[in-house]
Amino acid sequence: MTGRTLLALAALGAFHGLNPAMGWLLAVARGLQQRRRAALLAALPPIAAGHLASVAVVAALVTATRSVTASTALTVTGGVVLVGFGLWRLLSQRHFRWAGMRLSAAQLAGWSFLMSSAHGAGLMLLPVLLADPPSTGGHAGHLAAASAGALPGLVAAGVHTLAMLGVALTVALVVYEVLGVGVLRRAWFNVDRLWAGALVAAGVVTLAAAI
Amino acid sequence: MTRWTPDPSFYPSPREAATAPAEKLAYVAAFDRTAQRPDAIAVLDTDPESADYGRVVGWTDLPYTGDELHHFGWNACSSALCPTAPHPHVERRYLIVPGLRSSRIHVFDTRPDPRAPHLVKVIGPEELAEKAGYSRPHTVHCGPDGIYLSALGGVDGAQGPGGIAVLDHTTFGVRGAWEADRGPQFLAYDVWWHLTQDVLVTSEWGTPSMIEDGIVGELLLGRRYGHAIHFWDLATRRHVQRVDLGDQYQMPLELRPAHDPTQSYGFVGVVISVEDLSASVWLWHRDGTGADAPWAVTRVIDIPAEPADPADLPDLLKPFGAVPPLVTDIDLSVDDRFLYVSCWGTGELRQYDVSDPFHPVLVGSVRLGGIVARTAHPAAPDEPLAGGPQMVEISRDGRRVYVSNSLYGSWDDQFYPDGVGAWLAKLDVDPEHGGLTPDERFFPHGEEFRGLRVHQTRLQGGDASSDSYCFP
Repeated sequence: MTGRTLLALAALGAFHGLNPAMGWLLAVARGLQQRRRAALLAALPPIAAGHLASVAVVAALVTATRSVTASTALTVTGGVVLVGFGLWRLLSQRHFRWAGMRLSAAQLAGWSFLMSSAHGAGLMLLPVLLADPPSTGGHAGHLAAASAGALPGLVAAGVHTLAMLGVALTVALVVYEVLGVGVLRRAWFNVDRLWAGALVAAGVVTLAAAI
Repeated sequence: MTRWTPDPSFYPSPREAATAPAEKLAYVAAFDRTAQRPDAIAVLDTDPESADYGRVVGWTDLPYTGDELHHFGWNACSSALCPTAPHPHVERRYLIVPGLRSSRIHVFDTRPDPRAPHLVKVIGPEELAEKAGYSRPHTVHCGPDGIYLSALGGVDGAQGPGGIAVLDHTTFGVRGAWEADRGPQFLAYDVWWHLTQDVLVTSEWGTPSMIEDGIVGELLLGRRYGHAIHFWDLATRRHVQRVDLGDQYQMPLELRPAHDPTQSYGFVGVVISVEDLSASVWLWHRDGTGADAPWAVTRVIDIPAEPADPADLPDLLKPFGAVPPLVTDIDLSVDDRFLYVSCWGTGELRQYDVSDPFHPVLVGSVRLGGIVARTAHPAAPDEPLAGGPQMVEISRDGRRVYVSNSLYGSWDDQFYPDGVGAWLAKLDVDPEHGGLTPDERFFPHGEEFRGLRVHQTRLQGGDASSDSYCFP
């Protein structure tokens, strides 16, 4: 995992963290509802954990598979999935739904997992993960590479999530303490649309690189 | 199509919604009692700077007849900013307009021309019946995860149970019945919620067969209309608690929860007490502290009947020698300070300061119409008015109140047998001390509504009974 890869993963994490729909807004709402900053702070770790789980599934799969079968097939498939998912997000008007507002820590994590998965948070990391050079085990390293294959993926997910948590925490506190939720009316640009476009672009880049 | 930034008519908190710009237009549901002509959405000019201020400036006929338009609402509102189902880039542009008698649901697009809403979809009664098992759709609320629509009747269109259907946000198709477990709930009328507490509240009127041909005296005196409200878990869609007001308090109708999402109380208006014909307003609240304390109700406003000469009364009321106030609608200002109470029988709109919700203080009153009084509007002092202040709508800033005069076709005929007419009045509010003054420039009435009766008003951009807020 190169420094550039890690930086890219962190940047994507920051992007996810900025999105009000990814969790910081829910943390702010809980803080405001209970009139306690502690409620806000307590909400973010489970949200980050849910996000981590969603991203880690994809990242671990990709890196593990890739280390064993470093084929362009995976890259092409990944690119096609990205483009397809991006287009679906762009064109679909359906929105992720979740009924409740009073969530336990476990439910918060579950909400975050589903929210992240539905928005393709893990897929977003594909280009970065696939651009990373595959682990070169050689003859002697085959077995070791296979067993340790998922590790880089988990590291990637961890770095990504830390960045996401840091940004979400900062934004949540600034909105809660300084700006107030009124800022939402002006500043909440349509991240979903931007995201969908980014997914398509990432898919195209991935495909272009593979072919 | 979604927007790049949130719909500017959405506000995260009631405090900010109160700073919203004044409405330029109002939409009014109007219906033909004879079912010979189509019902209509009339558009009123509410801009005081406009030459057409107070006039009907738009008119869209429905495609069918016999709908009896009643309550309607927006497809999306401030609840789209709620954090668990956030999608603030949808638009508040479609009016969801149910026909209470026909069970047809109409979807009108208020763009590109807000003065000429145009029909984009009709959901037939069969779709509502097949997919949700309901008929007689009544109250529309733009929820964070769908459009909630209460319905008075079951699938056969005559009996219950009534309940809530959920419509898809984007296709407007019927997704199904909302209830996973209705418990003892059978009668339906209004629905609203404490969104941040996952609490939904419903009230009770009667099944279609109990109301469609007019109020049934034996049922009323037999205390058979609704007299309870129900609390539900909004997340699991299960019945949690039934709170009985006592069977003399017939017909708890409109539910007005506090707009402040940290509060756990709301008001419900009761049409009539069969013991003395009085009307009342009740407060629901938690019985004890804690987020899961059980619910209780407390009667906080009593409005007595007014004695009258039986000769001046319709047949239904002659034996009683009194005019019941008939509280048929209430509305709570967005800042939760003033509660407006319609006394459709006596022809009075009352304004209470409910800063302390347990102890409302009467601070304003206007008389218009009434079964006996027939009080005229100051803009037309020689025209006695029939009907009374009925549906109340308050502007988001709390400075303007609109009232329309028809209750429900067959009930209008019983209480105003010589005709209920059609009028809509705007009242100016003193937001500091309370107090109401009729605006003499704003009194569309009579032929302005082309022979149709006027029921409910919705304000462009939202009003005090359309939006829910997730942030204090």
